[in-house]
Order: sequence, then C-alpha cells, then structure tokens
Amino acid sequence: MVENRLFMLILAIIVSIPLNASAVEPSEILQNPQLELRARNLSQNIRCLVCQNQSIDDSNASLARDLRKIVREQLVSGASDSEIYEFLIARYGDFILLRPPVKATTYILWYGPLFIFFAGLSLSVLFLIRRKRVLPEEPLSPKEQEELSSLISGKEEG
Amino acid sequence: MIAELGHYALVLALLIALVQTTVPLYGAARNDFSLMGVAQPAATAQFIAIAIAFGALTHAYVTSDFSVINVAENSHSLKPLLYKISGVWGNHEGSMILWVLILALFGFAVAQFGIHLPPTLKARVLSVQASIGVAFLGFILLTSNPFLRLDPAPIDGRDLNPLLQDPGLAFHPPMLYLGYVGFSMAFSFAVAALIEGRVDPAWARWVRPWTLAAWIALTAGITLGSWWAYYELGWGGWWYWDPVENASFMPWLSGTALLHSAVVVEKRDALKSWTILLAILTFALSLMGTFLVRSGVLTSVHAFAVDPERGLYILAILVLFVGGALIMFALRAPSMKLGGLFQPISREGGLVMNNLLLSVATATVFIGTLYPLFLDATTGQKVSVGPPFFNATFVPVMIPLVLLMAVGPMLAWKRGDLSAAMSRLWFAVALSFGISIFVFWLHSNEPLTPVIGFALAGWLAGGTLKEFADRIGLFRDRLSKSLSKARRLPRSAYGMTLAHLGLSIFICGAVADSAWRTEVVINAKERDKTSIAGFEAQLESVNRLEGPNYHLERATVVIRKNGEYVTRVFPERRFYPVQQMPTTEAAIYTTLLADVYVSLGEGSKDQGWTLRLWYNPLIPWIWTGCLIMVLGGLISLSDRRLRIGAPFKRAHKKVQENGLLENA
Amino acid sequence: MRKLIYLGPLLFFIITAVYFALPILKGKDPRILPSAMIEKNIPDLNLPPLLETKQGIDKQALMGEIQLVNFFSSWCGPCRTEHDFLMRINKSEIIPIYGINYKDKQNAAKAWLLDLGDPYERIGRDIDGRTAIDWGVYGVPETYLIDKHGRIQYRHVGPLSESIFKEKISPVIKALRKQTNG
Repeated sequence: MVENRLFMLILAIIVSIPLNASAVEPSEILQNPQLELRARNLSQNIRCLVCQNQSIDDSNASLARDLRKIVREQLVSGASDSEIYEFLIARYGDFILLRPPVKATTYILWYGPLFIFFAGLSLSVLFLIRRKRVLPEEPLSPKEQEELSSLISGKEEG
Repeated sequence: MIAELGHYALVLALLIALVQTTVPLYGAARNDFSLMGVAQPAATAQFIAIAIAFGALTHAYVTSDFSVINVAENSHSLKPLLYKISGVWGNHEGSMILWVLILALFGFAVAQFGIHLPPTLKARVLSVQASIGVAFLGFILLTSNPFLRLDPAPIDGRDLNPLLQDPGLAFHPPMLYLGYVGFSMAFSFAVAALIEGRVDPAWARWVRPWTLAAWIALTAGITLGSWWAYYELGWGGWWYWDPVENASFMPWLSGTALLHSAVVVEKRDALKSWTILLAILTFALSLMGTFLVRSGVLTSVHAFAVDPERGLYILAILVLFVGGALIMFALRAPSMKLGGLFQPISREGGLVMNNLLLSVATATVFIGTLYPLFLDATTGQKVSVGPPFFNATFVPVMIPLVLLMAVGPMLAWKRGDLSAAMSRLWFAVALSFGISIFVFWLHSNEPLTPVIGFALAGWLAGGTLKEFADRIGLFRDRLSKSLSKARRLPRSAYGMTLAHLGLSIFICGAVADSAWRTEVVINAKERDKTSIAGFEAQLESVNRLEGPNYHLERATVVIRKNGEYVTRVFPERRFYPVQQMPTTEAAIYTTLLADVYVSLGEGSKDQGWTLRLWYNPLIPWIWTGCLIMVLGGLISLSDRRLRIGAPFKRAHKKVQENGLLENA
Repeated sequence: MRKLIYLGPLLFFIITAVYFALPILKGKDPRILPSAMIEKNIPDLNLPPLLETKQGIDKQALMGEIQLVNFFSSWCGPCRTEHDFLMRINKSEIIPIYGINYKDKQNAAKAWLLDLGDPYERIGRDIDGRTAIDWGVYGVPETYLIDKHGRIQYRHVGPLSESIFKEKISPVIKALRKQTNG
C-alpha cells in the first residue's frame, strides 16, 4: 500500500488537466460563474454516449446537450459533484465516466503502469548486478583510456 | 486500362517480393553471393512496380474515373485537385497502397544506400523487409483491392469526407505512414541480426539513421494531425487521447526509446538484446495502430470503414511477424554476447532510466487505450478511459523523464560523476527558479500546477543549454575558440540539443494552454461585440458564399486591442452537399505568444449566430516545439557519421576482440 | 530460469493478440452498451398521452404484467425498420408493447402511426427526453423488457427484429413466465 500512497501523492501534485474546449451553447451558460465552472469541469469528465470518444462538453449531440442541462439544473438546486456523478452512474453505469473509478476491476488500469515501472526497475538492477558478476572487468583508469583512444584513432587512420 | 495496369503491377510486385523474401535468405544461409545479390535489383523492381500501381490509382483519382469503385466512393469531380490526390490515401484501400509504397521505398533505399552493409546482413534485411511486403500486398489483393471496376459507372462520385478536405490533413497520412512503416526498417534489421545471431556497434550505426528518419516523419505526422484537429474540429483542443491518436503516439514513444538505446549499442556495445526487443516492439505498435484503425475493436472518431475480415487478416499479419520475431528473440537473445560494463551513475545508466520511463509511458498509453477491450472480454463490463485518466497517469511519468533529461547528457560514459553533473546544473536550477517566480508573479492567485510545469520546462532548457555551452567551452574559452569548437561539434550533438529544447518549448505551450485558456461563448448579431483576454471582437457581418464543392457562411470578425484595430478574421461554416455534412473552419489570429481563436456556430441574421472565442496562451509553442524537434532530428540525420558505418566497424570490432572499449 | 525472462514479451504478445481476436470472432460491436438498469425497478414516470384515444403512461400502468417498453421517434430511421416487426408482435399478442415517444413533434408522431400502424397498448410522450435519461436510453430505438414487479429484465439497443427477439428476448420472457407459474 506504500505504492498506493505514493501514487496518490503524485496525483495530488499533478491535478488532472482538462484540455478540451466545448460545444456549450450561449443559452445554457449559468449566471453564477462558480457554478458554471463546476459545470464545465463535470461535463469534461462525462462521456457523450452517442458520439463515443467525446465528453458531453465537446459534443453537439442532443443527448449531450440534455445531459449538460441536467448537470446544470442539479448544480443550481445545490447538488454536490459526487451526487451528480451518482445520478448518472445509476442510469448509464461507470461507462459514462471518462475517468474510470478506482475499484477492483480497474486496479490493473490504475496501478499497472506503476507496477511495470517497479518491475522494470528491478529487472534493470538485476541485469546490472549479473553483468558485474559475469564480466568482472576492472574499469580502465583515465590514463589507460587515453592510451586506448589514441590506439583506436591510430588504427582508424591506418 | 490504366487501372488494370495498376492491378497487374500490384500482382507483379507481390511476385517480386516473394522472390526477394526467399532467394536472398537462402543465399545468405549458403553464403552464396550471387543469390544474395538478387535482393538489390528485386528491391528496386518491387518499388517501381508499386510506384506504378500507386501512379495508376492517382491517375484514376485525378481524371475522376468513376468506373473504379474506390474512386466513385471517395472522390467527386468538383473536388479541388489537391484533395483529389489526397483522396487516394483518404480511404482504406488507397491508404494500404501508400503503406506498401513506403515499405518498398525503404527497402529500395537500403538497397541503394546500404553499400557498406555486410552482404549477408543486407540480404537478410531486404528479405525480411520484402516478407512484410508479401503479407501486405497479399492483404490488398485479397481483401482491399482499389482497382476493382464498377459497371455501369456512376455519373459522379460520393466525395471524400469533408473533414479530410484540408491541406493539413492532406499531408498528415503520408508523414504518419513514413513514420509507422519506417520502423519496419528497424524491425528488419533486428530480425536480420537475430538470424545472424550477432549485434555489434556497427549494427546500431546502420539502424539509427533509419529509425531516426522514421521518428522524424512520425513526429511531423503527429504534429500535423494535432494541428489539424486544433483548427479544423473547431473546439480549440489539440490532443484528445483518442484511441487512434494513441495508436500513433505509442510507436512514437517506443521509437524515441529505441533512438536512445541504439546510441548505447553504438557507443558502448551494451543493451543489445533490449534494443532488439525495442525495435521489434516499436514496429509491433505501428502494426497494431494499422490494426486498431481498421478492425473496429475500439471505437474512435477517426476510424476507417470497419471490416472484421480485414481486421482478422491484419491481426494474422501481426501475429505472424511479431510473434515470429519474438520467438526468435526468446531463442537467440539469451545467448547474445554481453556488452560493455557501466556504473549505474553514467550516461548509460541515464539512458537506461530514459528507456525505462519511456517504456512505462508507452505502457500507460497502451493499458489506457486497450483496457476497455480487456475488461469487456474478461467481465463483459464497459469502461471509458478518457483524457482525465491519461492526464492523471501520463503526466506523472513524464516529470521524472524531463528531470532526467537535463542531467543525463552531462554524465560521462561508463562512470559518471553525479556531484560534478549536479554542480553544472546551477544554470538549470536558476532558469527553472526564475521562470517559476515569473509565472507565479503573473498568475499569483491561481493554482500552482502551471508553475510546476514551467519550472520543469526551465530546468530542461537550462540543463540543455548549459550542456551545449560547456561542450563548446562558452564563457570559459575565448569566443573565437568556442565558435571553432562549435563548428567541429558533430551534427548529432546539435540534433540532441535542439530536440531537447523543442520539448521544453512544447511543455511551455501545453502547460500554458491547459492552465490559462479562456473561452467566451455568445450569441451575436451583426455589430455585436465581446471581449476576451484584453482583445475586443466584433461580428461585422456574415455572408453566404459558394465554395468549389460546398456552400458556406463566412463571418467577418474585427479584432481590436485598446480600441485600436488589430486584424480581421473570417471563420466559416461549410456545408458539403454531396456528403450532407457541415464543417467548421475556425479563424485564428496568432501572435507568437497566443492565439485568438474564433469559431462560427449555427445561427441566422434575426436570431444571431453562436460565436465561440478562445484565447489560447502559448499554444503556437506546442507546434513550434514539435517542429524544433523535427529540425533537430533532420540535422542529426544529416550527420556524416550516421551514413557511413563501414570504417568505424573495423575499429570497433578490433576493440571488442581485445575486450576493450572505446570511450567516445 | 534466466532464459524464461526472454519468453516474457512473447507471452505478453500472445495474450494481447487473443484479446484482439476475441471481439472480432464474437462479432461484437463495441458501441453497444449494457444497461445499468437491469434488475432495477423502473423509474418514476408520468407521461402525457400522444393520442386522444389512448392513455398516457405512468409507473402504475407498467406494473403487474410482463411487457415491452419501446422508445421510438418519427425522426429516427431505425425505428421505421423495426416498426413492421412491432406490428407483428402486436398482432400475435405474444407480449404487450408500451410506447414512449422520444423528443418528437406530436403531429409528426401521429402521422407516422397513422401511416405505419399503431402497435402500442399505450403511448406516452417524453417531450424533453428526461424520462429516457432516467431509463438510461442513449439512442432510439431502445426496447426494455419489464417483469410483473416492474423490474427491468432486458434491454435491446437498435431496431428489433424477429431473429433478435427469438434469440435474446423470448428466452427471458419464457423464464419469467415459468417463475410466475411455478
């Protein structure tokens, strides 16, 4: 679980960066700029189901527009972000989240890269140690190296 | 008639490729020089035959020969000439012809320029390359023949998807394929080396320019694609972590790792089996991209028309080549001779970490892209893995990599002195700190994320510049001496410096855009004004016009700053009647520090139009940074040392035999 | 032991290739999503009628009997494709169908039914599409199978056809009826 905590720490430092802009219509925009900002952030994490690889914030599809409206209505009526996510998951399942929840079925997804990093690190260390055993060659002193390189360049010319 | 000629040329190319696969391989095994000699003319002939086929298809497109099904389905007589030509590769069948053309081009190039290659290696490389050609030519002829006729011919064609009728996208596929397919060269060299059972520094010296050429093209291709998405999709975004984008990004990441590990093989004769594996995997990822785009196993906005039969065929090719190569790897790699020894803190050690981190980055994109497939097949559950996931996982992998990029080049080969390197990093620390303070001062009451990003970019730029300055003894020697040192510096050193600086510039652009982008969405009637980031934008008028094969509404938007006129921009909404599809053409006013991006939405004179404006700070730096990376690659590629391997080979071999190693 | 490490990439690749082949061989369309509403009670709803002659739909109307609920629209092409089959179900009286008219113009929907026939027991109008979202609909036509306790048992996305009905829906209906009788 140390790995887990480390990972969460990294996540905390690098908050997720939303890159996409939107298809939001002027009429949809909320008066309260703070609520509107929350609406935009939520929308970027919610998948447009019809158009597949877009968030509802990016999509012109009519279902995406309806979902954007629902998100805003619920924000205005005081719902929390997680309540809005719960509302959508109840109807459409985890699929609607562009950021999959961390749970048993997504451990490989979330922690796989970290596992690969540590596996790769241990493998590299193992190989380095083994090479040392197999090739117990003393490193050259700087003087020897100089001699050697002059030897090589001599051969190259010759 | 000409279409049939193209068809025959393809069949001929297949036969030549068969000969080129078998005869030289057999010749190399028997050490028979005349049989091995078949490879070179065969590679040339195969390239010419495929070029004829490609030319025939292009001819059918340019002359709008709608009796060819492929042309009728993807072209239209009113389409501008540029898009008639780019229409050749704007569809599955034509794009496969371009694929094999580039494959044969690389084979041809090895046949022509690989004069110094040892004959057996050359014969085997060309043979492996031709075998890939056999598989794909067979695939084209069996499932995706673009020369099939249609009788009776329709009066006009169904036109190309309007989104693809764009100059940026016209050249995006050829560049991308030069990259994808270019990695086949690294693959062929890797498999040939496995057959020979030998990898030496000379081998790496031959592989590197081909890998570098492919990497340059892939970088340029991805950049073009991202630039296109930015101005054509009308959302101001430039990277969506879509499966198809990821499919091109994965070979880029592992190809970047390969470029760096090949340096270790070349200079130090170490990391040999790992480099072979990377070469195989990089091409495997390229093939996987080809598979994913055409099989429909993942959903993407960019996919070609999906056909399960074609998907299975490409999968079979993937299994045959990558599976075969990996079996050979499992058999041969364990017995490969171990190379030079090095301490963990050394240039090699740094490059091992580079490879580890780039591999983890590749794995992150791989897992994220394919996890929906995996989970669905295992449990039947559906999951979405979107941009929020990649931003949360990919970025943390990049941070240590960028930190390392400033340190690594300062470490000596074999045994580096970390404290000495650290003491040289004062400039990186200073630049990083300076930029952070500046950014913090500019945006003091906002989140700290961009400050971290800029600190990284400054660190990387500072480390790279200091390393370059030290190399030429800048500020240490007299200026004239430094200049003459700079002249004698190998071009690959310039290449590395530029590529690393390019990344630093890219990071600035990406961080600034994601943190400080602002957006205004309004409903505007003519004469209405709005302001964004200190600019004032006024919708002057919206006019209906006619394009060559589309109708359009063109808005005139005046941009002013502090009441003074700056420029006029003309965002458009087009409608392509043949495909019944609207597109948006955003208008961009760019200063080098930011873009003002204007996109016209739906509307009418009475109701007003939806007008979207973005202010994207530093976004031009994203593409500038990528172009500088490409430039660095090109300069490095022009290095004479990369082109002539032979004289070096002898020297290296001698050293190896004595168990001693050059310390370059 | 050491040599086994070199087999790693091959093993990993084989597993990946199997996962690539599976969806193609099974003929899966990745765009089809399973419903999150299976085994859940139908959501509250109260829809005004489309036709003067038939009642609208509320939650009570959908309870007590095994039935199909079909979301449709006159502007939706695939709905036209399945309509003929819905008419045949109605005629054969295998199972009652309730229609929910999704985001449609009343006159257009009426004309559509007049033209193609009306297979529904009752039809409710989902004017703003909110009911559809409560059911987890993401594209019309969608058809839900409801048991007599008002729980959703099956969902089909896309046009219904005889073969799909026989393969996917009939067995569920039979199982439900068996439960009721037994």
